[in-house]
Amino acid sequence: MGNITNEGLVLACSAIGVGLAMIAGVGPGIGQGIAAGHGAAAVGRNPGAKGDIMSTMLLGQAVAETTGLYSLVISLILLFANPLLGRL
Amino acid sequence: MVGILAADADFMIHCLKKLNIFGQEVYLTTTHVSLLIICVGLILLALVVRLKLKDTEGKPSGLQNAMEMAVEMLDGMVKSSMGKSAVKYQNYIGVLFLFLLFSNLSGLLGLRPPTADYGVTFPLGIITFVLIQYNNIKWNKVGAFTDLFKPLPFLFPINLIGEIAVPFSLSLRLFGNVLSGTVIMALIYGLLSKVAFLWPGVLHAYFDVFSGAIQTYVFCMLTMVFISQKIPESK
Repeated sequence: MGNITNEGLVLACSAIGVGLAMIAGVGPGIGQGIAAGHGAAAVGRNPGAKGDIMSTMLLGQAVAETTGLYSLVISLILLFANPLLGRL
Repeated sequence: MVGILAADADFMIHCLKKLNIFGQEVYLTTTHVSLLIICVGLILLALVVRLKLKDTEGKPSGLQNAMEMAVEMLDGMVKSSMGKSAVKYQNYIGVLFLFLLFSNLSGLLGLRPPTADYGVTFPLGIITFVLIQYNNIKWNKVGAFTDLFKPLPFLFPINLIGEIAVPFSLSLRLFGNVLSGTVIMALIYGLLSKVAFLWPGVLHAYFDVFSGAIQTYVFCMLTMVFISQKIPESK
């Protein structure tokens, strides 16, 4: 364990951090699933309004997706433009 | 780490030529090339359709019908979400929609989608932000500023952040979606040389066509919704 360089330690911890950051993908998945389920229920109740329901559902899902994308951006920054390496 | 990944899976923005303008280093990247190809393609399409429209002899042909349908669809989309003020924004939203659609679909042609570069999506977000605030001040006058204190005065910072976060969330959404598709496609293409188990065409259909079209629609829709929120009685 004595021969870990500072850089190696930062990179390893960053890799773990990337994995942890992407756990945020769970939330949007659940949210989008709930939105899609309610959308399907709404279409079943009122098939005439399918177009409106579709566009509202997609809009809501896209907004719900934002938090997942923030975590994606953070993990990509950690992987390819690691700001922590500059602190060494 | 970066070297190993970049060798197998190629999804980074590459510098093609380094220019020196007024002592400032300017990089010509793959994004510029893709943007140029898409813009030239769109301009050529416009010129061809213009020539077709001028030709009034006989029945309208296939391309003219298709373009008229597309324009009607776009105008209808703007009209249904902006109501009375739609006329002013039909051109901008139509151009935005076509540009984003062609950009997102350009992954099919082997180009790197320009929207997978934050330098392309952020200006689009800034344009939306300027349009929102312009309409806010134009229609609400002083109310644009007093609205920030609306429900309760101490909520001012939160309201201010809510206004400023709009361009960031809009552009990051588009950027993140397109970039994640590009990264996953590049990883799978990098994997192909080692374990060729599946031709990734199926994934192109999802990440480029489906996701790209949805994100185009969402960006235009959110732009329209945010603008028409600031216009009183636009419905």
